[in-house]
Amino acid sequence: MSVTVTQAHASVLLDGVSKVYGKGGAAVLALDQVSLEIAPGEFTCLIGASGCGKSTLLSLVAGLDQPTAGQVSVGGRTAFMFQEPALFPWLTAAANVELALRARGAGKAERRQRAAELLEVVHLGGFGGKRPHELSGGMRQRVALARALAQDADVLLMDEPFGALDAMTRDVLHEELDRICAERALTVLFVTHNVREAVRLGDRVVVLSSRPGRVIDEFAVDIERPRRIDSVPVAELAGKITDRLREEMTRHGA
Amino acid sequence: MEPDGVRAELEALETNAAVLAGAAVLAGLDALELSPQRGRQGRGRRVAGRAWSAVWPKLLAIGIVILIWQLVHITGWKKFVFAGPGATFSSLWDQMQHLALWQAIGTTMQRAVIGFALSVLFGAIVGALVSRIKPLRAAVGSIITGLQTMPSAAWFPFAIILFGLTTQAILFVIVMGSWPSVANGLITGVDYTPPLLLRAAKTMGLRGLSLYRHLIMPASLPAFIAGLKQGWAFAWRSLLFGELLVQVPNMPSIGVLLNTDQDQLDFADATAIIIVILILGVLVDSAFGAADRGIRTRWGITSS
Repeated sequence: MSVTVTQAHASVLLDGVSKVYGKGGAAVLALDQVSLEIAPGEFTCLIGASGCGKSTLLSLVAGLDQPTAGQVSVGGRTAFMFQEPALFPWLTAAANVELALRARGAGKAERRQRAAELLEVVHLGGFGGKRPHELSGGMRQRVALARALAQDADVLLMDEPFGALDAMTRDVLHEELDRICAERALTVLFVTHNVREAVRLGDRVVVLSSRPGRVIDEFAVDIERPRRIDSVPVAELAGKITDRLREEMTRHGA
Repeated sequence: MEPDGVRAELEALETNAAVLAGAAVLAGLDALELSPQRGRQGRGRRVAGRAWSAVWPKLLAIGIVILIWQLVHITGWKKFVFAGPGATFSSLWDQMQHLALWQAIGTTMQRAVIGFALSVLFGAIVGALVSRIKPLRAAVGSIITGLQTMPSAAWFPFAIILFGLTTQAILFVIVMGSWPSVANGLITGVDYTPPLLLRAAKTMGLRGLSLYRHLIMPASLPAFIAGLKQGWAFAWRSLLFGELLVQVPNMPSIGVLLNTDQDQLDFADATAIIIVILILGVLVDSAFGAADRGIRTRWGITSS
């Protein structure tokens, strides 16, 4: 019934988690008995059509919301990255990153130094003094990534973080994310509705059904890294997963 | 060198090369996506041009008003009291040579600043409490809006009974007239803090006071400034109305000057004082305008 922080083997553990929004006749079952285990250092992609409760699931793991039934345990702290950069418009890129460090209680000198380092990690070393509106969409999302990394979390939750970017920028950011995850051994839970993106990035792709959200299938991605989104193995597996998703959607149309 | 070591080194080099290549592609994309920097050349001329394009419509408007005024004067309408622009501006010039006008401006502006500061203080405290405490909001929220629509003149009998014909009476009415706007501005600002930023702040672990300090206060600043601006307009109106109604002995103020002109049927002097009031109003308004523009530029919501 609650979110507990444990040091179990799994980094994230969902056990029979259900979430109901609203009450009585207007109640909507968003998630139905979802169980999921994510190992430390694993990159898990969640995929599903609209209304599969992907975002609800992330909110539950982040502790922004409480499950109606079941147990959510997270081994450590979480950081969240949204589809929009959600940067504070009155702060510079560096100050946005520093704010996350400040929330963790870092001192002034440490904040300044760490923020500069993190912006360097996302290749924005020269842009710390710019405000969000002076940056392009892809650059803003990289600042948001630096801010998420600044939280020094054990689990990184990503809710379609590249959904609003053009394909070319997205491809480059995939490479960056690959590199950063490998360097920092991050545990990632990545939500997307782009099947190829899921296969390109994930160690594992979990397929959710819609209304209510349920885990209907899982695919291990045994494709060697570095991967390319347009390579044959990625496309083949993506095709298989898409077929499975279509099957699920047909069920709703009938 | 062992082959293993060499291979490891080669692999490390390859990884480095990949990282560098990625960085290069990103740098290229960044450069393409950012709008090209405008040249710094001719910047002074641009500023001058912008200043001129902001000023000439105003000059034109003033010119048209003076022209119509002069035409009415020429027709001889109410010619024994109605003064033309010439007489009025010479009266203004004349009054500017005398200390009385500056003393009057000093008194009036002092009241304006004190009254407005008090109402900002009071409005901000009430606004902060109401936006934070839910039951208080249900109780007080609509009363604030009700007070905002109340003509401040209605407070004068109340104030004069309480304080007599004193500066306090005038300050009281200024505060009553303007604090609801300040409070409402703050409440609106807090209400319109973007939910996405609230979520982001919560996932970062910002809570309680630091959530207020780092998110809600800066996010509500534009609405708060709008509230201040409106509050100032109400304060200014209440003040001048109050000075006409409450004449404090031995304290020359703008209101006292206007009243004297009215008693002496001195149209030129009265009009000159009205021009002074107009100039003061425009000056303060442009200060608020500058604050608002400053925020817009910082946030990147300018049209240019």
